Amino acid sequence: MVPLSWYIILSSVLFIIGTAGVLLRRNILIVLMSVELILNSVNINFVAFSYYHQDLRGQIFSIFIIAVAAAEVAVALGILIALVRNKSALNVDEIRTMKG
Amino acid sequence: MVFFFIFAVIAVVSAVGVVTLRNPVHSVLSLMVCFLQMAALFVLLRSPFLAAVQVFVYVGAVMVLFLFVIMMLDIRRASMKRFVSGGHSWVIALLVILIAEMVLILSRSRFAEMAVSTTSRLDGSVKEMGTVLFSKYLLPFEIISMILLVALLGAIVLGKKELR
Repeated sequence: MVPLSWYIILSSVLFIIGTAGVLLRRNILIVLMSVELILNSVNINFVAFSYYHQDLRGQIFSIFIIAVAAAEVAVALGILIALVRNKSALNVDEIRTMKG
Repeated sequence: MVFFFIFAVIAVVSAVGVVTLRNPVHSVLSLMVCFLQMAALFVLLRSPFLAAVQVFVYVGAVMVLFLFVIMMLDIRRASMKRFVSGGHSWVIALLVILIAEMVLILSRSRFAEMAVSTTSRLDGSVKEMGTVLFSKYLLPFEIISMILLVALLGAIVLGKKELR
């Protein structure tokens, strides 16, 4: 039987990898993929707690997270296409339209 | 136990690949592998419906969307340029602080001795999930469908040739 802490450790390792991707990479596509990785590491935690508590709420929340992530990806890729078409900038450093 | 180790190791290796690989196409494929391992972990956790949703939505839809956009854009010029922005030592410091925080919290938690609760009420079927989703969580379900609709319209509007 796998203890619950192993799932939490796996989830935090994936979370840290995703955070490193968001902070270190400059390619905006890889930043988006790292955000997906972070959301999925949280999903693992939710489902593991749902199983270990025998409670369905964790799985329901995971479904909501997956739906919100899908919506986020659709909008983000639309913005990305518009941005590349107008400015041809794919690096985070070059995008400074909304910079204060 | 063995299966958990296999899935976890492959998931972590492919997640590292997402961050470190230079070509975004390779990153997307590596992320697909990672999501498939997560679906397998969901099966291990007795939630097959969520595993199916993960495979359909993430591997089937989101990752194909990523691949489509990467193929559409001209990545050769941008992706091969600067890999990691140098001179940002505060980012490394932030990551070290985050890792130390997580290690501290996990070492002090009591989750290690936690086992499956003895009163097993879930059988992992789609039926009980649908019952809860459409009775107790009906309002969040409708809100999430509206969010998806708005995102669909937003993506169409953003992707059009010219905005009027």
